[in-house]
Order: sequence, then C-alpha cells, then structure tokens
Amino acid sequence: MQNNKNIFTASNCTCEFGSGKKIVRAVDNVTFEIKDEEIVSLVGGSGCGKSVLAKIMLGLHHPTSGTFLYNGNPITNTKIHWREVQAVFQDPFSCFNQFFTIRSQLKAAFGIMKDKPSTKEMEDRVDQALLAVNIKPPEIEGKYPFELSGGQMQRMLLARIFILRPKVLIADEPTSMVDACVRANILDYLMKLKEELKMTIVFITHDIGLAYYVSDRLFIMHKGKIVEQGSPDEVTSSPKSEHTIQLLDDIPEIHRDWIVRSPSAKLAHPAV
Amino acid sequence: MSVFEVQNLSLHYLTRFGQKIHAVTDVSFTMEKGEILGIAGESGCGKSTLVNGLMGLFIPPLYPTSGDVRVGGESLMNRSPKDIRENVLCRKVSMIPQGAFNALNPTCKVKDIAADVIAAHMKEVDKKHIYSRLRERFDLFGMNTDKVLNSHPIQLTAGERQRSVIGISTLLNPQMVIADEPTSALDVTTQKVVIKMIFDLLEKGIFSTMIFITHELPLLRHVADNIAIMYAGEFVEVGTTEQIVFDPRHPYTKALMGAMLSAEPGQKQKKPTAIEGAPPNLANPIEGCRFAERCPVAKPECRKNKQDIRMVAGRQVRCEYAE
Amino acid sequence: MKILKNLLKSPMFVTGLVLFLATIILALIGPYVHTITMERVGPQYAPPAAQYLLGTDDLGRDYVSLLIRGLRSSLYVGFLAGIIATTVGTLLGIYGGFKGGWIDDLINMITNLFIVIPSFVILILISSSLKDGRSLTLIGLIIGMTTWTWSARAVRAQSAALKSKDHISLAKINGDGTLAVIVKHILPYLASYVFMVFILQVASGILSEAAISMIGLGPLDTVSLGTILNQAKNNGALGDGVWWAFIPSTVIITVIVFALYLINTSAEGAFNPRLRK
Repeated sequence: MQNNKNIFTASNCTCEFGSGKKIVRAVDNVTFEIKDEEIVSLVGGSGCGKSVLAKIMLGLHHPTSGTFLYNGNPITNTKIHWREVQAVFQDPFSCFNQFFTIRSQLKAAFGIMKDKPSTKEMEDRVDQALLAVNIKPPEIEGKYPFELSGGQMQRMLLARIFILRPKVLIADEPTSMVDACVRANILDYLMKLKEELKMTIVFITHDIGLAYYVSDRLFIMHKGKIVEQGSPDEVTSSPKSEHTIQLLDDIPEIHRDWIVRSPSAKLAHPAV
Repeated sequence: MSVFEVQNLSLHYLTRFGQKIHAVTDVSFTMEKGEILGIAGESGCGKSTLVNGLMGLFIPPLYPTSGDVRVGGESLMNRSPKDIRENVLCRKVSMIPQGAFNALNPTCKVKDIAADVIAAHMKEVDKKHIYSRLRERFDLFGMNTDKVLNSHPIQLTAGERQRSVIGISTLLNPQMVIADEPTSALDVTTQKVVIKMIFDLLEKGIFSTMIFITHELPLLRHVADNIAIMYAGEFVEVGTTEQIVFDPRHPYTKALMGAMLSAEPGQKQKKPTAIEGAPPNLANPIEGCRFAERCPVAKPECRKNKQDIRMVAGRQVRCEYAE
Repeated sequence: MKILKNLLKSPMFVTGLVLFLATIILALIGPYVHTITMERVGPQYAPPAAQYLLGTDDLGRDYVSLLIRGLRSSLYVGFLAGIIATTVGTLLGIYGGFKGGWIDDLINMITNLFIVIPSFVILILISSSLKDGRSLTLIGLIIGMTTWTWSARAVRAQSAALKSKDHISLAKINGDGTLAVIVKHILPYLASYVFMVFILQVASGILSEAAISMIGLGPLDTVSLGTILNQAKNNGALGDGVWWAFIPSTVIITVIVFALYLINTSAEGAFNPRLRK
C-alpha cells in the first residue's frame, strides 16, 4: 500500500537559463511533493517547463534557487541518484547510439549498478527484461537501432528499466512519437512496471487525456508554474485554472463538439 | 464529375535485391468537390506511400503496379516527376507534410520561400506584386503577417511554421489538398490552432477538397466527412465518419477504436486495449485476410480466403464475416 | 564497410585515392627501383637524358633521387603535422564542446588567440630563430602545433551540438563518466568529420612545408620538395629556362594536394546522408 513518504519535495524551486537580458525562467517558483508509489503527471503545452522539471528530478539540471529534495536530501551524487531514479525519453531513436548493437547498449545499463552481476547473470537479466516487453531475444540479436520500428525501440527503453529496477521512473513523453495503437501497448507495459516494481512514476505529457488515464495526480503546468494540481477526476470535471480548461478543450474528443466546420465554401478567394 | 478518382491503385517498392514490396494494394475511391476524406491506420500501413501515389510522384524505388489516379479527369499516371512538379503540384494537388521544419528551407525567409512557389508556376510576375498578394493571403491566417513573412523558419514557433507551410502549399488554390499527419508533431493546443486554420481556409473557399491522413481517430471524427481505415496496404473499411467512429464493423476498425483514449470524466474504466502482434511483411504474398493473424475473431479459413470489399450496413468492408 | 562501398562508387574518390596511393608507392618503393644517390653524377644542370631521367641540379646531383627523397620528406611532414593538428584539435574541441562552461571558454580563448596570430608568421619566426638543428621533424611539429586551431573549432561546434542529444543523457544515467561518454557516444558520431579534417590537415601540412622551405627556412638535415624549389630559385633556374629544376617538384606537390582534396570532397558526400544520392 502507498505510504506517505515523500519521494520528491520541491519548495520555491526555480530554474533559469542564460544570463542578462536573455534569461529564461524555465521553472518558476514551484512547490510540490510527490509521494512514494504515486503516479504523477506533469501536463502542459510545449515550452511549459515540464521537461526541465523532469531533468531537475533526474539531477541533470539543478535549481538556480529554492530547494529540490529526493528522499529528504538534495541531489548531490548523481551516480547514486541514478541507481534509484531512472528515465524513459521521448524519442527512442535518438536515445540509442547508432554505432552499437541494441543488446550491448541494454547491457551498458549495468554500469550504474553498485555490484555488477556476473556476465552470465547480465545476459539472463537482459533476456528476462526483453521477454517482459514481449520481445523474443533472438529478434534483436545483432541488430542496430535503425533496424527496429519506433514501437519496438520504445519497448527497448522500457526493457532497460526492467533491467535496472529503479524506485522512481521519469517518463518524458514516452508515447508522443508512436501512433495510437502502439501507445496503448506502451502504456500497458508502464502499468506492468508499476505493478511489478512498485515504482513511483512521473509521467510527462502534453495530452491531458493520456495523463487522466495513467495517473493518480495531475500537475498542470504553464510557463514554468504549476497552475493546478489534483486528482484526475477533480481536475478534469471541475477545472479551476483557465489553462486546464484550455488543455481539456483542445483535445479532440469523440463524444463532444470540438471545432465545428461550417458546411460549405462561401466565397471563393482568388489564387495568389 | 468527381474531383478526384482513384481506381484500383497498387504501388510497390523495388529493393536493391530486386524484391518487390507491395506497399499499397487495390485502393479505389472517388471524392466530390467539398469532401474531406480521412485515412487512418497504424504506422507502416502504407499511408505515406499512398500519398506519393496520389500525387503521381514516383521516385525510385517507388513504382506504380497498376491502377489510375485522376484529378478533374486528368490522369497523373505515367508522367515524369518533372512534369508532375511543374504542372500538377501546388496548382492541382498540394501536399501538407508532417514535419514543417524539413519542408521549409532554413536559409530563406518565409516570404521568399512563398514567392519562389508562385514564381515557379507563373511567368512574368513582378516581385512587388507577389509580395503584396502574399501579404493579403497571409492576413487571412490570423498570425502576425509581418513577423511571419520576414522571419526565417527557425525564428517561428512550431505552430507558426506549420501554418506557414499550409499557407504556402495552398497559395495557388489547389483542387485537392493532401495533408499527411499535419498535426502529429504538435502539442494539442497547437493542433487545434492548425485545424482551425484549415477550416478557415475551407470556409473562405481557398480549397475545398481534402484528404486528411492521421493515426488519431478522435481527430478525424471532427475533421472528416468520410473515413477510410487502412491496414497492411489495403483499405479495410470505408464509410461515413459516423459509421466508422460510432459503429465500426471490421474487426480491425473495432480494435483501432478500442486502442484510443478518452479524457472524459467517468471514462477511466474504459481501458484502451492494444492490438497484439505486428502487421504482416508485405514482401511475401499474402493469400487470405491480412489481419487474420491479429484478429480476435479470426476463423481458420480467414488465412486462406482472399477478402474482397463488400457492402455491410451501408459502408464498404473487407471482411466476409463482418455484419 | 557500407561507407567504403559507397566511396568506391564515387569516381572522384577513386581518382583521388589512386593518385594519392601512387605518390605513396613512389615514395616507398622508389629507392628499390632507382638507386638513390646524393653524389655528383653528371655536369651542372644537365638536361634530362637516358642516364639521368630528369636531369641534374646545380651540384650535378640526379633529380630523380632528389625528388624521391623530397617526396618522402614532404609526406612525412604532412602526416606528422596532420596527426598532431588533428589529435590536439579534436581532443580540445570535443572536450570543450562537451564540458561547456569555463573550460569551454578557456579553450575557446586559446583557440581564438592562435587563430588571430597568423600561424605562418609564427612558423617563419620559429624557423628563422633556429639557425642550427632545424630538422624535418621539428618543422612538422611546428606546423602541427600552429594549425590545430581550425580542427578544434570545427569539432567543438559538432560536439556542442551532440551534447544535448538524448543518447548522451541516457549514457549519463547509465553511469558513464565523461571519458566514456566522449569515446563511446561522441567520437563515433564525429569520426567521419575528424577523418575529413585530418585529410585537409595533411594537405595543408605539405603545402606549409613547401612554402616555408621555398623561402629558405626549411629543414637543414634533408631534401624536401620545398628545398628543391628553394635551391632552384636561389640559382635563378627559372630565368635560365632550366625547367626540370622546378616543374617536377611543383607537379608532385600539386598532385598530392589535389588527390587529398578529391578524397576530402568525395568523402563528404559519402558521410553526409543529405549529400548521398
């Protein structure tokens, strides 16, 4: 069962890039907590700061002011941090090095572990992880990233997580590059990871519908600020922020009017 | 007379080893003026290959196998890419690509890219005249016209870039517009803005007939009049938007609808279900139904019997057991 | 392998490679085919004849021997300078681009400093200050140390662009250290680039040596294609119509540099998928 331990605690956390007049405040004074075994979604349009916030959680960026704590401590030793906090990125093709086989890159994940298992055990664990995402190990034997489809590559990133078994997973738009059919598939595996490993998941997306489906809590972001947070039902049925309303409104829903097209052409505009 | 007619179009790729990959098989449809046809299917189903075929643009290794494509009665088959580029594209059939960034030359300003398109299709028009007409046209798009026209593509937001691409590809009021996943690379807010612009252009009569290709069925529900579902190079179900979205009959269409998400309160229990397995390899000839391997209701004979289009409940379905 | 196959399809590359290999073969097996001698074999400036194919110089030495010796020296200097310039430039460029921050600023400052000071002037100053012991190796070292800047510049830009790619983030959270990331995840992406820079550096090394020798600041311990030209110039061979004193060495230098430029240009087409067709 979910306990009340805080995994991430941010208080007045701000992250800025650049200097002087060109300063960009990517994350603006955010305060929040993420509890153990929770699935939290960060939702917002492009450039809202959700990816930067994700990189702060990963320890790849540091807040320029305010504090950001993992398990009550600031993130100082990233190598130890990455044993427990791992990530899945948006574009699986750009995540893998095109000069090495996929299998060797999956094995590279063992590099972060404190006690490296024996070679035999490594191979076994890679095989198990591949089976967990429904790929038979011979299918990718000797293959390079460009030889697989987008859906398969995204599953490779998830297999990497099955190998590492982290406590926290940061999923940065893991489904935005795959089509709708593969999306359901990837989400299934994410849920399976959550069930098996009892992970905390931070899910980053621009699609509030997707966030609604996967998460326990939603953070709606706009221009670096968290403008609304709450349970998916609260946020979607009685949104308080105009940005949330906007995001909900923007999704083309099957059962609701969206933009209505006027029936026929009224005046013909001459060609340029 | 129909604006756009496609008859039994089949296309193949020729690999370096002389192997034929039948990417599109036996696609037929006609479109009337003012119609919007949505084509949906998963990636690799032949949507993008079909787009090239529909423009008559055959650049090796893509070749037409058989069939005909007609725009306003004029056939696009057996014509050189040069002829197609000069006489068909932009004026008769225009394409809106997915990645606006690749479509715009990064070293030119938007106005020069647009002026080039016009200059390529008209002789003896002076530049000043072109610029003033461009401004007039871009004023319709609801953007800051001066800023957009005088910017390099990299200085624009993703939404402005995609809207510029749409503006440029419809400059010559094409009879047909083919939009190949025009919003897949955008976030939901920008997607809405772009779709709104397309509707605006339709209303202003800049173009009226469009093929809209996407994998997002919920989006098609709002955009298309008719929808064709494509699987492994074939149309498996073609009907009105209402029929396809609310009452699908082909097992693949049903599965595709089941994989879609919904954000409405109370819908969380309706879990999207993935379609297991992968589409067949089109390099090998397939005898029976192409979806049989993944179909939840497949019968043993489905793998042997060739499936033909038949009418079920007022729409075309390629499944002998659909009812 | 695929790249090599692609390359071999390009007539430009094949021409360049054949020409370059021809000069290398000439330098390697020349001494076994032709007896190299630095002794006087005939009269001063004897025109080409059967016993001395390309004539003799002002000291009556055989020009074929001199040219083979000179070619060996020029190639040696070119490769030495190319290897030094490419290695130093690549290492500094990758490291600076990848690390960013003050390290990048510092390396950038040094690079700019070297770019602003014309390297050829430094080359002349150092060479002329070394009256004795100006050896071929020293000249190669000096050329290498003064021309690494543009490889550093080019590589730095590429490395900085790669830095923010997802696969680098993934390598980091896999626990790879800076060195491992650079070697495994940046260098392979730059390999083709570095190769092209190397080819150009070799060509420029050969040209620089020829230029510095031409004005009389070349190596004192051996003959190079540049010193042959210098000698011809000093003795007024040009005015006397002794064409065999300068044309053969000029042709050889031109052929090597031309071949290297051909290889570089065609390799760019093979490595860059956008130019590949």
